[in-house]
Amino acid sequence: MAHAYTPGLQVFEKTIVSKTRTLPLKGEVMVKVGDKVTSEQYVARTELPNEVQSINIANLLSIEPVDIHSYMLKKEGEAIKQGEAIAENKPMFGIKLFQKTIPSPIDGTIENISTITGQVLLRMPPRHVELSAYLSGTVTEIEDGFGVTIENQATYIQGIFGIGGEQNGELLVLGDSPSEHLTDKMITPDMKGKIIVGGSYVDGPTLKKANELGISGIIVGGIDAEVIKDWLGYEIGVAITGDEDVTTTLIITEGFGKIPMAQRTYELLKKSHSQKASITGRTQIRAGVMRPEVIIPLAEGADNMVKDTDVSDISGIVIGNTVRIIREPHFGELGEITSLPSELVNIETEAKVRVLEVKLKDGTLAVLPRANVEIIEGLNR
Amino acid sequence: MNYLSEELKNELNQGKKTMDNPLNVIIATDCGSTTTKAILIEKVNGEYRQTYRGEAPTTVEAPFNDVTRGVLNAIAEVEELSGRKILDGEKIITPAKDKHGVDIYISTSSAGGGLQMLVAGAVKSMTGESAQRAALGGGAIVMDVLASNDGRLPHQKIERIRGFRPDMILLSGGTDGGTITHVVELAEYIAAANPRPRLGHTYRLPVIYAGNIKARDEITKSLGKIVDLVITDNIRPTLEKENLGPARMKIQDMFMEHVMAQAPGYGKLKEWVGRPIMPTPAAVGYLIEKVAKSQGINALGVDIGGATTDVFSVFETVFNRTVSANLGMSYSVSNVLADAGIKNILRWVPFPFTEKDINNRIKNKMIRPTTIPQTLEDLILEQAICREALRLALDQHKLLAVGLKGVQQERSIADSFKQVESGQSLINMKSLDLLIGSGGVLSHAPRRVQSMLMMMDAFQCEGITRLAVDSIFMMPHLGVLAEVHEAAATEVFEKDCLINLGTCVAVTGTGKPGDDCVSYSLTIGSETFNDSLPFGELKLYPATKDQKVSIEITPKGKYDAGAGLGKTLRAELMGGVAGVVIDTRGRPLALAVKEQDRIDQLKRWFNAMSMYPNI
Repeated sequence: MAHAYTPGLQVFEKTIVSKTRTLPLKGEVMVKVGDKVTSEQYVARTELPNEVQSINIANLLSIEPVDIHSYMLKKEGEAIKQGEAIAENKPMFGIKLFQKTIPSPIDGTIENISTITGQVLLRMPPRHVELSAYLSGTVTEIEDGFGVTIENQATYIQGIFGIGGEQNGELLVLGDSPSEHLTDKMITPDMKGKIIVGGSYVDGPTLKKANELGISGIIVGGIDAEVIKDWLGYEIGVAITGDEDVTTTLIITEGFGKIPMAQRTYELLKKSHSQKASITGRTQIRAGVMRPEVIIPLAEGADNMVKDTDVSDISGIVIGNTVRIIREPHFGELGEITSLPSELVNIETEAKVRVLEVKLKDGTLAVLPRANVEIIEGLNR
Repeated sequence: MNYLSEELKNELNQGKKTMDNPLNVIIATDCGSTTTKAILIEKVNGEYRQTYRGEAPTTVEAPFNDVTRGVLNAIAEVEELSGRKILDGEKIITPAKDKHGVDIYISTSSAGGGLQMLVAGAVKSMTGESAQRAALGGGAIVMDVLASNDGRLPHQKIERIRGFRPDMILLSGGTDGGTITHVVELAEYIAAANPRPRLGHTYRLPVIYAGNIKARDEITKSLGKIVDLVITDNIRPTLEKENLGPARMKIQDMFMEHVMAQAPGYGKLKEWVGRPIMPTPAAVGYLIEKVAKSQGINALGVDIGGATTDVFSVFETVFNRTVSANLGMSYSVSNVLADAGIKNILRWVPFPFTEKDINNRIKNKMIRPTTIPQTLEDLILEQAICREALRLALDQHKLLAVGLKGVQQERSIADSFKQVESGQSLINMKSLDLLIGSGGVLSHAPRRVQSMLMMMDAFQCEGITRLAVDSIFMMPHLGVLAEVHEAAATEVFEKDCLINLGTCVAVTGTGKPGDDCVSYSLTIGSETFNDSLPFGELKLYPATKDQKVSIEITPKGKYDAGAGLGKTLRAELMGGVAGVVIDTRGRPLALAVKEQDRIDQLKRWFNAMSMYPNI
């Protein structure tokens, strides 16, 4: 394949992170270019159209839809209060006893009156939506009425999969090594609002306790798929996440199972212990890949920012690169590329594929399909 | 059926290419979600052949944001391999002269998530279903079907419409001249939701109205100012008639003119092609429909991708397509697990696995979708998942590929005791002639016989069925080529696209393993095998597609080989890279209940088919 490359997860100690925050509908941007913002600060707001309710006035008043306008007390676009009469019939001889009035079930406005269906659509008052900065930093760009772009120099770590949305909080690295399990004994009530970093694995009881204690986030190497199913109460069918109703955002950095966190990832997180971080578990594998992320803004240095590596620089894998093996039989292990043969090779399945040779940690050599490794970005440049 | 409007055809014919130009060299691309595939078709010694292919990552998304980069990269690979100069910078050289240029460039596209539609119909099982069929036939993924009687409250419907950001809406409802209330009500909901298109901030969402002609004015009043409203013929002019062609055609016109024009780089790509870009599934469907109709056969095609599985069928000349949007081998693999259940997947695996291990492996494939099985164990697991994805996709297809519902049926006295409702499934495996598989797991299986058994197991073919795979997923390219030059498309389809696997002769009925089931006389070339096979077995006879093959098979009384219970069937068969398979496992196919028995059974079948090394 021309221009093929094997991108991996990005792990940068120091890079420029840029986040564009966009409103779902046009609204008002509350900051200007050059402003310094905090992660919790609101930067834009808008009003979203609210729910619509329908009442079939023609049915309720036993009239023909085509005559509806002469029975309506309110016109399209008019404001209404809950309980206020919006339509009434015309009783014979004006006898009050036969008077029927239709009250509005909601506060809002009359959206539409239909002479075909006899239906009236009522819309509730708009919902106010405020958008936070998520990343603390400097506003570098404004899209008028829609949003802002914020930049900062930060440590940036991508996870492989996550659950839950955006969170901010202080990072706490628990345990002593990337292969240690995160257990429920390690978390305590004073960790409420914090983002805790474990090693290779988190189990069900620990996850449950973290949610109960109001811990903002957990970052670990691996988790069993069935623990997530038990936690959420359903199977994740397609890898599009981020909107789950959970207290604790979960980020796994390596994959499913018990897998030690990559040493470099662990070291960077450890170095950032007690720093403030912004995280999101939002993951979308297909169409515009999105991975969960941990952003730890660096204290100073906004003035002498270094430029991030351009994606077009990722020209391919070379001998000496460190790669992560992402499929059995060596799933989760790291290794160094020792050879990149160009000819196709028959693997155990009898498929003929392009391979590479990797030296594993224990010194043994393994021949693997190229599709089954990923570069650990930020480590190989 | 022709998918291009006359108007568009005329416009095109006034332009760059006409059928008067000889087409000797054709470059075609398919811009998929992840890969852009280019093929070169050349007239060699008087016949059209697919000669070279190239591929490159699709570049419709960030950081490239220009689909043409991927197209140029894929074509550049074809250039390198073929030695033909096709590109002059960023321009495709036309016409062809010696080893320079091509006569036409054509393309299909499913990049950026393909065509995502919302459809609405007055009654769910009638116009709702017809609208769904029209959208699917037009190449769309149907996100939801709204109907007056779908059980949702008005505000829920409105929320639903607003929640999606479709590329297009198809609104239908009512027979011509009938009541307009329901369809106008749906239009009012759409207006209240004021849906925004998925791509592009600035353009209005295309809504195609294909319902009761009497409601057109009211629909225009409700929607005309809010959306880009296009009106076409009613898809259900009468209860007894479904008229999907005009709506399908409009969907495809709008797809290119309005939807894809918003996607990065498509404005440029549109200028390069000699025929409008077709949605990939529409092109595949068009080709399958053409082949089935020209050969007078019933055909079923399946394309199993990473995210979705498409099923196409032509039974008794009626074309149907369905998309199982969440059944696939990578992005959606976990959904196969969720829908099928772990036990159904494990039943195809001849060794013990823990549920936890399977679960983690499947989820790891979901989050790293481009990995491939390296161990035999992993390959067998992946092929087990494929069987279940195909089975579920066919189940979904059967639900939609049905006769029209709500139609009055004439009944004779003989029928009066039968409870036959309208809307029966058109899919009848016994009358299926050709089954075509496509997609990586089928097209790239290390042994072709693996593709054959995966499809046989998943679809449970009955009687005589010929099986084939699309060698390099060329059907989209050939579908759009068929629009331009049908003979060339057909020639390449037969010679280069399809790899004939062979023929399966499967008996229906249930029995006990080892019981007498069939005896047969099978002639392959000059050799005749007089044999019998007990119930519960598979037997493979190698036979190439060029060999003359015939069979006379007689089942025992309670079994049917295609001619009826206990009746002898005589037929000419076609061989292929696998051969002819006699399948006496019965239908429905039952696997042993006890785990060790099931493992032994699977191993026996796999060995009989030479499926895997050392199993």
